[in-house]
Formats: sequence, C-alpha cells, structure tokens
Amino acid sequence: MTNELDIFVGNTTLIDEDVYRLWLDGYSVSDAVGLRVRSGILEQTGATAGVLQSDTMDHYRTFHMLERLLHTPPKLLHQLVFQIPPSRQALLIERYYAFDEAFVREVLGKKLSKGTKKDLDDISTKTGVTLKSCRRQFDNFKRVFKVVEEMRGSLAGNIQQHFLLSDRLARDYAAVVFFANNRFETGKKKLQYLTFGDLAFCAELMIQNWTPGAVGEQPPDPPPYSQVDDMDVDLDKEFLQDLKELKVLVADKDLLDLHKSLVCTALRGKLSVFPEMEANFKNLSRGLVNIASKLTHTKDVRDLFVDLVEKFIEPCRSDRWPLNDVRLFLNQYSASVHSLDGFRHQALWDRYMVTLRSCLLRMYHD
Amino acid sequence: MPGKLKVKIVAGRHLPVMDRASDLTDAFVEVKFGNMTFKTDVYHKSLNPQWNSEWFKFEVDDEDLQDEPLQITVLDHDTYSANDAIGKVYIDIDPLLYSEAATVISGWFPIYDTIHGIRGEINVVVKVDLFNDLNRFRQSSCGVKFFCTTSIPKCYRAVIIHGFVEELVVNEDPEYQWIDRIRTPRASNEARQRLISLMSGELQRKIGLKVLEMRGNAVVGYLQCFDLEGESGLVVRAIGTACTLDKLSSTAAFLPACNSPSKEMKEIPFNEDPNPNTHSSGPSTPLKNQTYSFSPSKSYSRQSSSSDTDLSLTPKTGMGSGSAGKEGGPFKALLRQQTQSALEQRGGSPHRFCRNREFPFFTLTAFPPGFLVHVGGVVSARSVKLLDRIHNPAFVGIMGNTRSYKLLDWNSFNSDEPETRDAWWAEIRQEIKSHAKALGCHAVVGYSESTSICEEVCILSASGTAAVLNPRFLQDGTVEGCLEQRLSWQPGFFSIGQEENLPAGCGFCHIPYDELNMPFPAHLTYCYSCRKQKVPDVLFTTIDLPTDATVIGKGCLIQARLCRLKKKAQAEANATAISNLLPFMEYEVHTQLMNKLKLKGMNALFGLRIQITVGENMLMGLASATGVYLTALPTPGGIQIAGKTPNDGSYEQHISHMQKKINDTIAKNKELYEINPPEIPEEIIGSPIPEPRQRSRLLRSQSESSDEVIELDLSHGKKDAFVLEIDDTDAMEDVHSLLTDVPPPSGFYSCNTEIMPGINNWTSEIQMFTSVRVSRLSNINLTNQTLNKNFNDLCENLLKSLYFKLRSMIPCCLCHVNFTVSLPEDELIQVTVTAVAITFDKHQAVQTTKTHVEKSLQRASTDNEELLQFPLELCTDSLGSHPFSPAKAVSVEKASPLTEGHFRQRSAPACANSTVGVVKMTPLSFIPGAKITKYLGIINMFFIRETTSLREEGGVSGFLHAFIAEVFAMVRAHVAALGGNAVVSYIMKQCVFMENPNKNQAQCLINVSGDAVIFVRESELEIISTQQPIASCQPACGGGEIAT
Repeated sequence: MTNELDIFVGNTTLIDEDVYRLWLDGYSVSDAVGLRVRSGILEQTGATAGVLQSDTMDHYRTFHMLERLLHTPPKLLHQLVFQIPPSRQALLIERYYAFDEAFVREVLGKKLSKGTKKDLDDISTKTGVTLKSCRRQFDNFKRVFKVVEEMRGSLAGNIQQHFLLSDRLARDYAAVVFFANNRFETGKKKLQYLTFGDLAFCAELMIQNWTPGAVGEQPPDPPPYSQVDDMDVDLDKEFLQDLKELKVLVADKDLLDLHKSLVCTALRGKLSVFPEMEANFKNLSRGLVNIASKLTHTKDVRDLFVDLVEKFIEPCRSDRWPLNDVRLFLNQYSASVHSLDGFRHQALWDRYMVTLRSCLLRMYHD
Repeated sequence: MPGKLKVKIVAGRHLPVMDRASDLTDAFVEVKFGNMTFKTDVYHKSLNPQWNSEWFKFEVDDEDLQDEPLQITVLDHDTYSANDAIGKVYIDIDPLLYSEAATVISGWFPIYDTIHGIRGEINVVVKVDLFNDLNRFRQSSCGVKFFCTTSIPKCYRAVIIHGFVEELVVNEDPEYQWIDRIRTPRASNEARQRLISLMSGELQRKIGLKVLEMRGNAVVGYLQCFDLEGESGLVVRAIGTACTLDKLSSTAAFLPACNSPSKEMKEIPFNEDPNPNTHSSGPSTPLKNQTYSFSPSKSYSRQSSSSDTDLSLTPKTGMGSGSAGKEGGPFKALLRQQTQSALEQRGGSPHRFCRNREFPFFTLTAFPPGFLVHVGGVVSARSVKLLDRIHNPAFVGIMGNTRSYKLLDWNSFNSDEPETRDAWWAEIRQEIKSHAKALGCHAVVGYSESTSICEEVCILSASGTAAVLNPRFLQDGTVEGCLEQRLSWQPGFFSIGQEENLPAGCGFCHIPYDELNMPFPAHLTYCYSCRKQKVPDVLFTTIDLPTDATVIGKGCLIQARLCRLKKKAQAEANATAISNLLPFMEYEVHTQLMNKLKLKGMNALFGLRIQITVGENMLMGLASATGVYLTALPTPGGIQIAGKTPNDGSYEQHISHMQKKINDTIAKNKELYEINPPEIPEEIIGSPIPEPRQRSRLLRSQSESSDEVIELDLSHGKKDAFVLEIDDTDAMEDVHSLLTDVPPPSGFYSCNTEIMPGINNWTSEIQMFTSVRVSRLSNINLTNQTLNKNFNDLCENLLKSLYFKLRSMIPCCLCHVNFTVSLPEDELIQVTVTAVAITFDKHQAVQTTKTHVEKSLQRASTDNEELLQFPLELCTDSLGSHPFSPAKAVSVEKASPLTEGHFRQRSAPACANSTVGVVKMTPLSFIPGAKITKYLGIINMFFIRETTSLREEGGVSGFLHAFIAEVFAMVRAHVAALGGNAVVSYIMKQCVFMENPNKNQAQCLINVSGDAVIFVRESELEIISTQQPIASCQPACGGGEIAT
C-alpha cells in the first residue's frame, strides 16, 4: 500500500526550522530524511522513518510553494494564502537570503549573468555547497541586484526596503551588489586569504565615501529610506578623475622626500620595523598614489584589491610588519600630507586615504 | 423593493500578468447580483489597480438577497479579442441581513479562478439597506440567525429550544448536462459553484421560514450537506435545531449596539415581523410561550414549499409503535404523558397532531445544564437506495423549485423530485424515532445525517442519542445559554419524582427504560454515584460529555476500523449485496469499539460517529468516539481470551501469553489515562441484577425494512470479564489488531469531542489543520484481512504523523478529531482528518489540583460521605503522583471553556507589523483563553479547483495542498471582511478529490462551513473599555490597507 497523496495543511503554516535549513542547503527529500534520521530525531520522538519521510515531503512542498513569495518578500507579508506569524516570516526571509561564505567568495565581483551561472557547477564542486543551494544564492544576488541597480537612495536601505532583510544582511547584500556592479577582482590566488567580511567592510566604506552619494558631507549613517539624490552603486566618476591630482605626491621628488622625512621623524623609535619602513617608503607611497591615479580606467578599478595587496600588503608582510606598525604608519602617512605646503588637494586626499587606510588595515592579516 | 445592496470596488493587488508584452494587466471589474451587472472603468497597465469605483446599487427583493451570492469578476481588458477572466469572488451577503451580525463587509478578498487558483486580491466594500415590508406571505426569512455551533452559542441564552428543522433542494448537476460537453471546464466549474451557492442560499431561506413559523429566531447546529449524485442530480440538504435565542446582557456590554437583550430584539431596524410574539419571548414574558415551550416536534405548514417532506408518504411505523408494552416505570410514563400533552396542546386538532408530530430531534451535542435528564444510548438507521434519474417529462411542470428555475438560465427543467429524497429521509427519521422510543426516550439528541454514494447506490445514514429531556426545564423559559447556569443544578430544581435528591453528574447515566421490561437484555447495576438508580455497564452516545458529568482520569480517542470486500455488481444486486453486508459491519464495528473501550479500562463513549462508506468493490466502516471513565458507571471488567481447543499445550501457552499481553495493556492504559477509581465495597452497590448475557445498547437497523428493528446480539459472554473466543485465525487477527493500536506519545492526548475530559487548563495556542491521505491498495490477494490491516495502518500512520508534526506544541491535545473516509476509485482509500491541536499547561494543573484537593479535604472532614460525590477537580500531569487522594475524579464542567479563571492568560504574539490580520480557525465552539463577543454570521463556502497540468503543479499532493491552503485563505478573508478574527465550529464537510494522472488532470471539490466571530482575549478583556466599539475598528483597518 502506497500513499499516492499525503498532505497536511495547518491554518497557521507549520515551519520546521531544521527542515527549512536542509531545504535551503539543497538536499533532496531522501537526503534530508537520511540526515534527520542521523540527528537522532526518531529516538527522541518515537516516530518511524515513514512518518519522517511524509513530514519532510510535506515541509518541502510548503517551502516550494513559499519560494515564489520569497522572491518578493513584501508579497509574503501581504499574501493571504499562508498564515504565518510575523516572526516566522522574518525568519523565512532572512534564512532564504542568507548565503554561504564559501559561495559568496567565489562569485563576489563577478558579473551576475548566465555565463557565470554555468560556472555554478564548478563552484558547487569546489565549495561543497550543493548546486541547488548555489543556484538559490546566485539567483538571490541577481534578483537583489536587478531590483536595486537603478535605484536612487541608500543601497542598503533600498535592499532592506524591498527585501525586508535585517540590517546586517542588507549591508552584506549592498556589498555584493557593489562588487558585482564594479566587477572588482576578488578571485585571484593572492586575494584568497581575504574573507567576505573583509571585502564587505571595504565595500561599505567605499559606498560611504567614494560614491556620488557620499558628496556633500553626508552623515556616515544615512537614514535607511532617505530619498536623497544618492547613487550608491557606482563609484563617483568625478572623484576618480580628481584622484589623478594626487600623482604630484610621488611625481614631485621634493614633495615625496618631504613627505618621507615628515613620516620618518614622527615615527622614529615608534616602529619595530622602522628601517624597513624607511627603506620602502617611496615604493609604498608610489604604490598607493599610483593606485589612486589609475582609477579612471575600469580595468584598474577592477584590479583595485589586487593592486592593494601587491603594492602595499605584500611588501609589508614580507618585512613582517606588525599590524600596529601598519596602523601607525598609515595614520602618519596620511596625516603628514596636511603639512605639505605645496599640496593643495587635502580634501581629496582625505576622501581617498580615510577609506583606503581602513581597508588596508582590515585586509592586513594572514 | 425591500432591499438595497451597495457595492464599491476599491482596488486590486498582486494581479497576475495578463499581457505578456508589457508584463502588466488592464484590469476592470464586473459586479453582478441576480441579473444586474455593473462594470468599473479599465485601470490600464497595472498589477495593483486603484479603481475606487462609485457605489453600485442593486435594488432587490430580500428573497434574492438571501439566495443570491454577490458575484465579482475581475477581467483583463483586451481591445481586439475577448476579455480574459482573471478570477472571481463570491460574497455571501447573508450576514448583512440580520442586524446583530456584521454591518459591512469590507476587505481584501482573494480572486479565485477554478483553473488557476488564487490570482491576486481585490478590495471590496458591501453594504445592505433593508426596508420594512409587512407582507405576511413573504418568502424570505431575513433575520433568522444561523449557527453551525452545536451548542447554544456563547453570547446567547436559549429562551426556547423548538426542535428539528430540515429541508432539501434538488437540482440537475451542471457537470452532467449536455452543455458541459461544449463548454470549458472553467465555465462548467463556475456554473456548479454558482448553482450550489444559490441552492444553499435558497435552502437557508426556506429553513429560516420554518423557524419563523415555529416562532423561533435562530437555527443552532445547522448542518448543510451536498450529495453529488452524479447523473441523477445534486442534492443540497440541511438539518438544524430551531431556537429562540436571547442575547446575554453581559456580552452586550461589549457591544455598544445592543444595550440589553430585550431592547435589542426590537431594534432590528427593517426586519419584517409577521408575529410579534417571535421577538417578545424574552424571559419577562413567558406566558405567551408556555404552550409552545416544549416543541421538539413543532409543526409548521408544509405546503409552503414544494420540496418539503410530505409525511403522508411515510408509511407505517409512525408513532406509538414503541410505546405499547415496553414502557414501564410510573414516572417515565408520567413524563411521557406530560410531553405528549404539551405536544397535543401545540398541535391543535388531533389529525394535525398526528401529521405534525414530527421528529423530536436535536442536532445539538452540548446542552444547557439540566436539559438532558437521561441518555438511553445510540440510535442509528441506515438505508440503501438506488439513485434513479426520473425522466418523465410530465413532472417538469409541477416540479420544483421555481426560483432556481427562474435564476438559472441554463437550467430548463429540474430533473428530479425533491419529494423522493424527502421521503427517504423521512423514513429513516421515523426509524430513528421508533428506536428512541424503544429505549424509553422521547427525544434524540446529537442527531446527524450523512450519505455515501458510489455510482448509483447511496447509503443514507442517521444517528443520534436517544434521550429523555426535561420538559419543565424547557417550559419555564429559562434555558440559559450555559454561561450563568451552573447554579441551576440544585436539588429540587427538577420535578421528576425520584430524581430529586440526586447529586449532579450521574442522572443522565440512569436508564430511561424500565429494568423489568427492557428493550434488550442489558447488564444493570446501581449507579456508582448515587446508588439509587440503575445504570448500564457501558454507555455509548453521540453527544459531548455533559458539563456536569464526573469522570475519572482522562479520555482518549477510540476508533474502530473495518473493511469488507464486496463483489462488483449493478443496480439492485449491488444494493442488496450492500444491505446484506451492513449488519455484519455494524456488528463488527461495535465489537471493536467495545473491545477497545475495555482495553482502555473505560466505560463510556461520547461523540460516537460511525461512518460507512461504499465503494465499487468494498465497504468501509470507521467509528470514532472519545472513551471516558464515568464515575457513575461500574468498573469495566477485563478481557478474557478463551481458546477452542484447550487440550493443545502450545496453543494454551499462546493463549495465556496473549491474555497476559492484554492484561498488561489494560493496566498500562489505566495508568496512562489515570484511571484509578476508588474501591467500592460490593455491599454498597448491591449485587448486579442477574443477567446471564450482557449486551450493549446500540440499536440499529438498516435497509428498507424500516418497520422492523433489527437487534443484534452483541453479547460477548459472562458477567464481569469480556470474553473473546479465539476459534480461528480471524479472531486471532482481531486480537492482534487490538493490541497494535499505539497510544499517542507522551504529552499528547486526543479526542473527537469538543474538549478533552480531564484537561482543564488550556492555553491560547491553537492549530487547526486538515490532513488528507490517499492510499492505493495493491490489487493482488485482496482479502478482508489485508484490507483491514491496510486501512488500520493508514489511520494509525496518519495519527502518528500528526503527533510528529505537532510535537512542538506538547503538552497538547488533539480535539474534535474528525476522520472522513471515501473510496474515490477501485483501489483508492482517501482519509481526511480535520482537528485542532490545543496546548495546555501542565504546571498550572498541578496548582489547581492542590487547592481543590485542599478544599475537598476540608469538606471531607465534615462530610465524609460526600467525598466520593464531590467533583474533585483534579487534573494531573502524566506523572500522576498525588499524595492527597487516590481517586481522581474530574469535573468536566470545570474544564469547559467558560471557566475563564483556569486559563493561563498568555497573550498572543505581537503582530503589529503585519498587514494581514490573524484569523483563527477551529472546529470547536470556543477559543481557549478568549471570549467570543459577537457572532457575525455563518460561513458556508463551496469551491471547485481543477487542473490540466497536474505534474506542473507538484502532482496530486501539490495540487491538493495548494487548494486546501487557498480554501483556508478564502475563509479567513471572508471572516476578516466581516470584521471577525476567528471561525468557530469550522468543518470541512466535503473534500471530493478525483484524479486522472494519465491525462495530467485532477479536480477537487471542497465544502466548508463555520461561524464567523469576534473574540477578545481574556487578558485583553480588562483593558478594553465597555464603550469601545469593537466592530468599528474594522472599516478603519480596511481603509488603512487600501492606502498601501
């Protein structure tokens, strides 16, 4: 005797968090049943494998029906078919949009197009995340990207408004969208050590300071739904253009020497790696300034993180700079520019360096 | 022009994309009522159109208002081709027709399409203005309230309970008309939905008329059913209990609209009232009603409607058949006389009396205290009928129902006579009545009717509980609506001779028939509570446990399951085969119930429902009931196994092994359900009346032989123990199957009654659910045994699944567990379960226990004898360790939802940020931890869903899952639009599922009903000031949503 049809419909939709996780992780019903059996649930509840199978199928069916609504979370709130308490709705949405660190590192900065989707197979094998789960995560990125791409206002705010995500997750998505839009290269081998958290941190700072929305001394934490003329997705073209002006800091030999002496005077005795710093100063400074001046080229924008690692982090690391020394150096390095009388682009320098300094510090680890 | 219906179409949202090119929709709305149609403007290129239409006004008869649904169709405008329908909303405007219910229907309704399901939502506002019309011969019955609840609704008081009302209407099924071959499935489904909506409106109106004629103002326990007879048509039938209800003033305090019950009655603004008595029957004016007061068999003119039962058709058995020699006992005769005289007064001429001494049936299952005097036992009747299409054109002219004739454009004539069906039911009711009479009872309570149809064979079934009701109680016009009535249980309140000094809680168990002249042999003892009256050893009933009954321990769900193979046959032969099988099935079902009851160590069944389903090649029987241990009844003896061949040593050993297993199970069950009755020395009770054989009291008969009561010998042996004889493998199987029933996991209880006896501390968390399973039987070697086993496994596994799914709610109880079995195809068994899981608080139970035990101990010191009778309120957790008392008698009264103090006041989770209000649904008549402040009207909805892309919709499971979820959504939306926040007494009366996987098709019909209510959490009750109008929040909310 086989059950042709087997359903359970509650007036309040039952959500089993464990099964939801298995579903999100892309396990098939039979795999999920196997995993549940191994979790010892049969012993705890005295249920049979058949009961578990039926229960799992039922939850999977419910999730499948909910998935359509989860694609536009506000619909989930307004729909009438599934009566779900608000706290559960929030949980459903948040978990659905959550992503795996391993997966996101693979696609971060890549174009969210079909071509990449074909690569999902490889990503799945590489990361151990099931293909189904990869698809969901990728589709989530793409969906969010499409909705907020052309939108004005705060990126994270827009995402939060249209996808009802938590503040934290919305900011992560903002980073994903920002990376995808600017196509920053993050997949190179030498960048592998960077976590999503590192990159999201950088993205957030860049969104705050380097996009058109950042002009005009906006408060660092704009109200979530502010409709100010704010484009958060693209870097500020004017700003990138202006960054060329910084070139003088390395092109003008006097200025460079003066800068070096200011920094060395201030840091003498304070750094454990002072001799190395002194020897490398010009290289490091040239690296940082050249990165800035090249950002008008899309190609160089994409390579921003590669350049930062190559031109700054790797040299420091090879000389075994402690993090604190890096911090002291960068602080002094950016502050000393204010004492260079011949240099007129103080504000521009700050806009560039404040962000860059924080990014570099975050990225400076093994 | 007695009514004006006003409709405003506000907006739509989440509409489907109808234009692929633009990914948008050009939507407009057609509003149709009767033959009139209005249209809104086309709102171009939007999935969230804002029509904000003018008020569309329909000026119509109130008759139409009752029959017709408001039909709202959303379409996509297409300049070049025909407009595409997006979907429809049917709104039953009945709740607007009586002043106490809703005043406006306003809210978001799912737009439903029978092929695509829900496709977006539409915001609609509906109002009705009723004008006064003093036409005495009116056809409408506006103002009569309908309740699905099978007890007196919580905020009302019953002034008079008039009695049984029934009606049926018949029509041709659109699905089986020639036109169906050329129209689309959608058109066919919609025709069907609309027809059933019309028919149920008409039915309700006709029942309402009968109620008005009986001078009642409400129908309680209203049960409407559809019989899809296929070729021979479509029957919509309904039964209910006519009452005169009075609004309780305590409740009125929360409803500013009605300050006092009596005043409120008069305030019905445009209600036509042919007879002022109807509404002046409040407690202050009992005189007028005296003569009418006890009128379960109330008469009404039957000529008014062509589809009425014509009793002259019903043959023979009528009255008096049972009252001849069998009734003894002076006081009972007295009682019957009283009743009869009351009836005769009522009836007028003797002739009319005969004709109208109809059916003293009550569809109620719970009663005001004192209403029920004695319970005789279950009475049931079944009849196998052949459905035959009547082709005779001569009938066309006189038939029917002119109203549907007029309204249904496609319907040129009615194919069938309602009279036929009426006569069938009359026959069965007559039978039930005579059974009741044989049990010395003049009334039947907990009455219900059902059918099972397979091809052209139809089994009609009716069952109820024979009972003696208190006429005095009914007469004085103070039948309270449960709320403040507990005090009325005082000695001397009843006039019935010897019963005067009885303590509460055992009276209803006492036999109503005379012990020396019993209708059947039974094993009687003196009542274990009062030791004055005789009680049977077991009691089967179809009603809920009376609130004043004392039980020991907890109850549990008991099911008997049975299959019988039957040869495929045609017409007469088939009907005969079924008729022949029925008595055996009944017998076996009964035996199973009895065995399982004994195995649980209990002695009474409540809420018994036996369902016999007919299929092509088999019959299925499923009986569900809630077993309890009634203190008044004797302790059940065990089950003894006796072998036929005692010489065989190994066999003997096997038998004794089985015996041990059974004894262990009984002991385990007693512990599980906390059944440990006090030891009563034999002398006190007196020796049992010598009775060699013990029989149970299920009287039934079946088939056409309605004038003869077939009494089955249900004896199982000697005096105390219940003996099972194992003489063949069949019997072995039976014993095995007895032992395979697994008790629910710890922390779970289940029952099919409203509340679980022995649990009194419900918390507010409830989860109503429907679960459906369809199983395919393997065709090979289909024997009765394998079939039984399969069916048993199906039910057991289903229950196990439910326990597993709801494990997060532990400790909880599945209440009102309602199983329905159908056999959609040869090898398919479909089981549908609807129930509600309610959590309860273990911890608090212990506390209440303590205080009550302390109290009882105090009492015990002064009055030792009372100890056993005093309803100790003990509700124990499963540990069951209470040093205070060995006996755990539980007063169910305290467990009733009315005892507010016992609920833990747990506030609902905040849901402020959700725009969709939560609507609770429950099959129970109450909501734990909350007070129902207003009944908004009956919800009675019928939906058809069809698909031609079954695989794409997730197969049969995906299809049905989505459909049931949609049905829930539509019920909730209607309730919310009425301003309500819950549906009580919710029932899924039909879930007919058909599939054709080869064609990738499936179709499902669902019929649900319930009462829309407003409830207020008890914890919030104190906060809400009495001035604050609850109902007025609703339009405001609606407005707020529109803006979004």
